[in-house]
Amino acid sequence: MLSALLIIVLLAAIAGLFTSLRVDAPAVSVAASSASLADRLDALLPQTQCRRCTFEGCRPYAEAMAAGEAGINQCPPGGASTAAALADVLGVPAQPVDPSFGIVPDHAVVAFIEELPCIGCTKCIQACPVDAIIGAPRYMHTVIADHCTGCELCIPVCPVDCIVLKPAASGVH
Amino acid sequence: MARLATRGLRLEAHKERSTTQPIITAAVPQQLVLALNQQAGAANIPVVNVGDAVLLGQPIARPSGAHGAWLHSPVSGVVVAIEIRPVPPAHPDEQQSVSQCIVIDNDDRDQRFDFQAVDYQQLSPEELREHIAQGGIVGLGGAVFPTARKLASLASNSGTYLLVNGAECEPYISCDDMLMREHAADVVFGARILQRACGAEHCIIAVEDEMRDAIAAMKAVLQATGDSQIRLAIVPTVYPAGGERQLINTVCGIEVPSGELPTDVGVLCQNVGTSAATARWLRDGEPLISRIVTVTGDGVRQPRNLRARLGTPLSTLIADCDGYSERQHKLIMGGSMMGLELAGDDLPLIKAGNCVLAASRLDLTPRGPEMPCIRCGNCSDVCPAHLLPQQLHWYVQPPDPAALDRHGLLDCIECGCCDYVCPSQIPLTSRFRAAKPAMAEQRGDAQTSADVLRTRFEARTQRLARLEAEHREKLAAKRRQLRDKS
Repeated sequence: MLSALLIIVLLAAIAGLFTSLRVDAPAVSVAASSASLADRLDALLPQTQCRRCTFEGCRPYAEAMAAGEAGINQCPPGGASTAAALADVLGVPAQPVDPSFGIVPDHAVVAFIEELPCIGCTKCIQACPVDAIIGAPRYMHTVIADHCTGCELCIPVCPVDCIVLKPAASGVH
Repeated sequence: MARLATRGLRLEAHKERSTTQPIITAAVPQQLVLALNQQAGAANIPVVNVGDAVLLGQPIARPSGAHGAWLHSPVSGVVVAIEIRPVPPAHPDEQQSVSQCIVIDNDDRDQRFDFQAVDYQQLSPEELREHIAQGGIVGLGGAVFPTARKLASLASNSGTYLLVNGAECEPYISCDDMLMREHAADVVFGARILQRACGAEHCIIAVEDEMRDAIAAMKAVLQATGDSQIRLAIVPTVYPAGGERQLINTVCGIEVPSGELPTDVGVLCQNVGTSAATARWLRDGEPLISRIVTVTGDGVRQPRNLRARLGTPLSTLIADCDGYSERQHKLIMGGSMMGLELAGDDLPLIKAGNCVLAASRLDLTPRGPEMPCIRCGNCSDVCPAHLLPQQLHWYVQPPDPAALDRHGLLDCIECGCCDYVCPSQIPLTSRFRAAKPAMAEQRGDAQTSADVLRTRFEARTQRLARLEAEHREKLAAKRRQLRDKS
């Protein structure tokens, strides 16, 4: 099981390396035409990495869609516009987001740590997919609001329920 | 004004004012100011120091990126300062801007730097592009994009057409017309060099049907050289026929898709001035140190075209045209439709400076007070980008970025045709121009934000993989140790 996980992670790392190389391509249209289907789908996803689609992040979801193993209606943070864009690329009929994957949020949110109850357990730091929480064992933690995607993955792991969601300030994702 | 099948306007051209006189050489001033941000993209970096003696044509600033264009000294003399000076504006909302400039005192001797003429057929397309960048050649039609970089982007897209743009559609400007009348051979020779440098299959020189003398001169040169590779296309005189996308549509019948560049569909546009400058650089070894500029309008006594060194103060050019007349009202760089108003004439000539319009009150269309839109649709009939200005106007007050995006605001070329025909005198173009940055920013913001998050997620995934691998390596080492002991 562990080795399977390791292979997945390594594959994701290699894929990540390739996408970062492709950013340097000179002309936009050339990059667009030579990019793989998964790349083009990944570019449309909101990159919240919230796993509500049941995959381990936006990139794995894009790869699953490219392989025909996932629908275009599994991304609640992206909402109807992302679902429509994905349908357009894949050439399938547009569909609204399936509510069983989550409610489409009507505004962006970020996590906020109530500092008084926080016991400094670092569980939220380990759960954050984009390294947006800083802190050390037995010291108070805090969220870097500019980097928080509002994925809510830190909320269930908190043993003292000290993380709340607040509306994102304008200009922040 | 008559409405046309091809979108745009037939305007009073006012070109004959400056085309009755031959091109003269402008007086060379005692001091020249060379702006370091003359080209599109990052500013040049000086390669000379204050106090250095420089020769005519000597490189004085290098490009900061690949395929940028060099800057050369237009005179021989001494660098007296490298400092911030006022320069002509780059944006319509300001009357002047400032830039780091190299200031050179002229010693009046015009001692030439050792530049060699080069046989372009001996160079490979890549070497040719590099050489063109060294000559400081940029697009002289107004966008001042480094020519070598543009050529390279067509070469990498396997292009079909090189379009040499002589359709100088904006009223008052006649520098390209006069260039073709007097130096048609330069334009044709330069076109051949550019064609080799970008690898285009066909080369077409586009001229407006009303430029009769220019057409005759170009035809004569093409016949004399027996060049069957280069064709002449005569396009109707409509404003803005010379707009890059409009010209490509008229001549090649290709519509450049929204959000893409002409090189993406295999077409490259170069101004005739750029072509002639390339010819002078390869044939005579003279880098881009001067350009032809039209000084015209009711506000100068003798409108004419001048070949002026870059960095010459505009006041010197006005003096060469016998000074201001008593009707002088506003000084504009460019033509009456898209030109930018200047704060004064003490600014230096830049590579982009195709025209200095000393306008009287009669030269400018007076604007009355703005009235409500009556949805007459005149603006959408004339819009050369096939947009709906009346609808865009509805969405810029207050700005609705999603709707503006849907209606293609970013495809607006700011030609001013909608302003010109609007019976309610609504300043549409300036409203659209004001709404563009916010929209582009918002679009960019969402994209950048997602890109940042993707990078952070990938960095974390990689870090976890590395830690996992290190941990497994440690465990394996420990296991080996235990096995060795037992």
